Amino acid sequence: MKPAKFNYLRPSSLEEAVHYLSEYGEDAKILSGGQSLIPLLNMRLSTPKYLIDIGRAEGLSYIQEEGESLVIGALTKHREIEKSELVKEKCPLLSEAIRWVGHEQIRNRGTVGGSIAHGDPSAELPCVLTALRGEVVIADVNGEEIVSPEDFFLTYMLTSLQPDQLVKEIRFPILKQTSGSAFVEVARRHGDFGLVEVAAVVDLSEDGSFSEVKLAIGGVNSVPTALGDVERLLVGKEPTEESYKDASVLTMEMIEPESDLHGTAEYRRELSGTMVIRALKQATIRAQGGRVM
Amino acid sequence: MDGVKINLKVNGQDISREVDSRLLLSDFIRESLYLTGTHIGCEHGVCGACTIHVNGDPVRSCLMLAVQADGCEVKTVESLIQENGKLNYLQQAFSDNHALQCGFCTPGFLMTVSGFLEENSKPSEDEIKKCISGNLCRCTGYSNIIKAVKQAAQTVSN
Amino acid sequence: MTKYVGQSVKRREDYRLVTGTGQFVGDIRMANMVEAVFVRSTHAHATIKGIDISEAQALEGVHVILTGMDIDGIIKPLVQFESHCALPPNLEEAINPTIHYCYEDVLAKNKVMYVGQPIAVVVADNRYVAEDAADLIKVEYETLTVVVDPFKSLEKDAPLIQEHLQNNVQSDFHVTTGNAVQSLKDADQILKARIQTPRVSSNPLETRGVVSTYENRTDQFHIYSSTQLPFEIRTYIARSLDLVEQQIRVTAPDVGGGFGPKGGVHPEEILIPYLSKLLKRPVKWIEDRLEHMTSARHSRDQIHDVEVAFNQDGTILGIKDHFIIDSGAVNYFGLTCAYNSAYHLRGAYKIPNYDVTCQIVLTNKTPNVPFRGAGRPEVVFVMDRIIDMVARRLKKDPVEVMRKNMIQAEDMPYDQGILVKDGAKLIYDSGDYPAALDQGLKMIDYEGFREQQKELKKQGKLVGVGISTYVEGTGAGPFESAYVTIDGSGQVVAYLGSSPQGQGHETVFSQICADELMLSPNDITIRVGDTTNLAFGAGTYASRSAVNAGSAIQIASAKLRGKVLAVAAAMLEVESSDLQMENGKVFVKTNPEKCVTYKEIAKAARPGNRCRVPGGMEPGLQVTHYFVPPTVTFSSSVHIAMVEVDKETGLVELKGYSVVHDAGKVINPMIVDGQVQGGIAQGIGAALFEEVVYDEKGQLLTGSYMDYLLPTSMEIPTVEKSHQEFLSTRNPLGIKGVGEGGAISPPAAIANAVVDALDPLEITINQLPISPSKLRNWIKEAERKKFKIEIG
Repeated sequence: MKPAKFNYLRPSSLEEAVHYLSEYGEDAKILSGGQSLIPLLNMRLSTPKYLIDIGRAEGLSYIQEEGESLVIGALTKHREIEKSELVKEKCPLLSEAIRWVGHEQIRNRGTVGGSIAHGDPSAELPCVLTALRGEVVIADVNGEEIVSPEDFFLTYMLTSLQPDQLVKEIRFPILKQTSGSAFVEVARRHGDFGLVEVAAVVDLSEDGSFSEVKLAIGGVNSVPTALGDVERLLVGKEPTEESYKDASVLTMEMIEPESDLHGTAEYRRELSGTMVIRALKQATIRAQGGRVM
Repeated sequence: MDGVKINLKVNGQDISREVDSRLLLSDFIRESLYLTGTHIGCEHGVCGACTIHVNGDPVRSCLMLAVQADGCEVKTVESLIQENGKLNYLQQAFSDNHALQCGFCTPGFLMTVSGFLEENSKPSEDEIKKCISGNLCRCTGYSNIIKAVKQAAQTVSN
Repeated sequence: MTKYVGQSVKRREDYRLVTGTGQFVGDIRMANMVEAVFVRSTHAHATIKGIDISEAQALEGVHVILTGMDIDGIIKPLVQFESHCALPPNLEEAINPTIHYCYEDVLAKNKVMYVGQPIAVVVADNRYVAEDAADLIKVEYETLTVVVDPFKSLEKDAPLIQEHLQNNVQSDFHVTTGNAVQSLKDADQILKARIQTPRVSSNPLETRGVVSTYENRTDQFHIYSSTQLPFEIRTYIARSLDLVEQQIRVTAPDVGGGFGPKGGVHPEEILIPYLSKLLKRPVKWIEDRLEHMTSARHSRDQIHDVEVAFNQDGTILGIKDHFIIDSGAVNYFGLTCAYNSAYHLRGAYKIPNYDVTCQIVLTNKTPNVPFRGAGRPEVVFVMDRIIDMVARRLKKDPVEVMRKNMIQAEDMPYDQGILVKDGAKLIYDSGDYPAALDQGLKMIDYEGFREQQKELKKQGKLVGVGISTYVEGTGAGPFESAYVTIDGSGQVVAYLGSSPQGQGHETVFSQICADELMLSPNDITIRVGDTTNLAFGAGTYASRSAVNAGSAIQIASAKLRGKVLAVAAAMLEVESSDLQMENGKVFVKTNPEKCVTYKEIAKAARPGNRCRVPGGMEPGLQVTHYFVPPTVTFSSSVHIAMVEVDKETGLVELKGYSVVHDAGKVINPMIVDGQVQGGIAQGIGAALFEEVVYDEKGQLLTGSYMDYLLPTSMEIPTVEKSHQEFLSTRNPLGIKGVGEGGAISPPAAIANAVVDALDPLEITINQLPISPSKLRNWIKEAERKKFKIEIG
């Protein structure tokens, strides 16, 4: 299990990186933290002619507040998000979800941009980004472009990224102080990719009913999926067992899971319904009682 | 050979080599530097046997190219022993608590835990379990490793 | 004189292993060394039409490429291992087996029989280049019909896996005592069930690996292998390459876990030495994890169809079992696992009428070999599920049914009425199983748990308890060797034939030797894992090393003590009965000033004019002893699992796990506890996570650690352990084996606990692993059934 040969390029800036991409993009792979790519290289499931290591490109690692968003540079490591007080305060959903990503050794190297660009439907960050209706900032030699998660994640391990493009930055909307959020996941073992994962954010009116709901599910469809219909169903309703049940039933109708080694399609569908309820309950309790995580 | 010059510090020593760009960091450490304490268990980033420190953080050396370590400070299991040849507190705790059987996974555990204890010297049992959950051991069933980490944490906080 | 035996002496192996200075096969470096990579079959069943190596051969850095045709007639095919397959005549008569030999070319020549079978080998400057070359080799296949389901393999028109056979049944046999058929007629009730244990993979953290060097001057090979059986490898290399054994030295250096599949001989262990002679330079091959998943041998994979005769009071009158083992493409180990299963099924229970038939069936999968427990986890799962099903059928507590059928302490030694694989009568030597059960129940406060359980269930928390017991024949022969000597510097050195993979042999054997020679364990050098110093050795498998090698070193050391005393007596001109030994000195009891050191004694024992060895004894201080056990010793255990089930997700959480274990005389409690905990972790893996899955084309679906799930620290609880110490009557120290034990019972205990947690829902768990998806499905089925019954 050793990588096949490739030509190694190490741009020191974003400009240089997109320049390489414009030249070699068709035959190239971007190496960021490498936690998803290097296993594929080792197994020779990926044998790019050029490997563009953007790990040293300057100015791509940052977490900052910009207006309504928490803006995170593509090269920011998972571990930095996990430790960030700013993330904890502005987007606790992301703080909670990030701990489900692999293990510490992986989070020490893995980058946000890499995770998003890899497009794994059961990965945690894409699920959070989808729930929050965040934005992916894409760069190429012509400049930058902002893409919604819906347009970005096309299907299993495939994104809208063109061969000459790379992910430059991710923008997570900042959560309202009054909202409650939850990220729940079922995996065979701790640290595995989720069988099902659900990200939920809820806000409550003064009468206690849902004023706003954001919900996405990962691991069941070919892309992380925002559950818009379920969100609309819930807004205006009281957080009762009945509303949760309705949300669960609708969720099960909206998804198209497939069977694999770790679970049948039927199981995944049912589990999705269960986990949506659990996520909503958890988020609601947090919205009701404060921000305890 | 598609050689790339790299400079790095390994266990406190400055190293300068020309390496094949596809060479994995784990192989560089073992084959070029003869530091065979870093073991290779799966080469797809799951077992944790190859865990080392890069710039102070535990990482899987099979999921890094040697060229990515250019300019970095690397530490391997060989760095743990005390200058007088005695085991350090963590190694001693592993031995005291029978936290290893075949010993193949042990260097990876030691490197994972030593990074962890630097940040959290009073971990709960649950935190210890989480900390080592990215390292597989097929012999011990983990309980003695957890005991060893507790002992080591005790030593650190004293 | 057991100063050290029985003590938790810290391990001598640890220093090198925690400092990164141990030496595993992969760590061996030699000048001029080159690396090998294997091209492996991508098809489960296909004819090889051609192999094009031209492009690969042209690659810079490639030294040689061999295919099956290149070694045709030079290297013999692997055949099943005689030492494990030969049956004693009385057993053969008793079970009337049919056994067909099967073969595997070390590189497939005409056809491939499983995915991962070696087809060609490339040797290059390093692994990177060798893999580049392997990628360039083009194999042309013509696919054949693939059989992965053993029942399909039994069908009349099934394609033949081993073409020289008439069908795919490689072996069969029949074991019986009493009259099971009659008992099924006599019983109040009958229970029928299909109970199966899937294929699993042992997955030591160190994969396999071989390094070989060839020395032209002496025409000798030195082979390093990550093996459990250096002596067996020596024999097989000699046989396969037409050499004599003295040309071959096999060393097992530090070995990173084995658990069974690193026993036996794999094709690579034959080819790498051949290549080292061909190239006249050291050749190294280290298996990667993907190769390990496909090509290192798997285990278990049994399907039992049982009929159980029992009465209203819970007495089990008889069991009739027909079982199939899916052996994959080759069966190397004869009836090892199969007969282990057949003779262990009844475990701690008195079941007078017993009838078992077994078929070992070939399919297009990786060969199936023994793995920790070797046939016992499968049948303990069968037996303890039977107990649980009978109890639930009768609305009794499973403990009541266990007690009803258990062999009592006063029944010991207990004759089960059939034979052990070595031909001896199956007679349990010692133990008290009901006491172990009571001890276990007390550990978890069983009555209290039952009360608490009711409360928790009311609150919607589904907790359950499950019990499993086993009796295991451990310490299998045929023999083990120990050679103990005091060298010229007065150092005691002991060589043993059984070689470790983490069991701490250097520590425990030094404890035994230290007690005999009145030294500290640190004063003794233990050498294991090398064929150089002993004429014969067996190896480490079947929970046998402490029993056999432990007894061998104990007896050899005692004999050496006699000789040391005899020489000292001659030197000091007293009777040896007047002497005492301590700390490397022998002195006169009544006059301790009058003494000689071991070094002086060793000098006086040298051959020559000044030799002080009494007449009739050979000069020198060396003793070899081969311990030949009369038959196996019977360890036993009670395992109790406590779980909580999340009914909605199907997830099972282990809340606690307790064990009572009888390993006879415990040499080192710390190491024994470690073996038990580690074995249980593997058993928990088998219960909840691990399964080797093939698709219908024979493609492996669990080819990486993403898909084959090994338990992590998050899934394994700290096991509460308690011991019994009923000494074995079959060796001088009273040792019973412990290595495998932990792995045997967890699937049964956990399955029973899950069933219990979901009670009164009547679910049946007769398959493993208990994955959340499967458990959800069983729950739903049971609910549907219950609903139907309630509606009428």
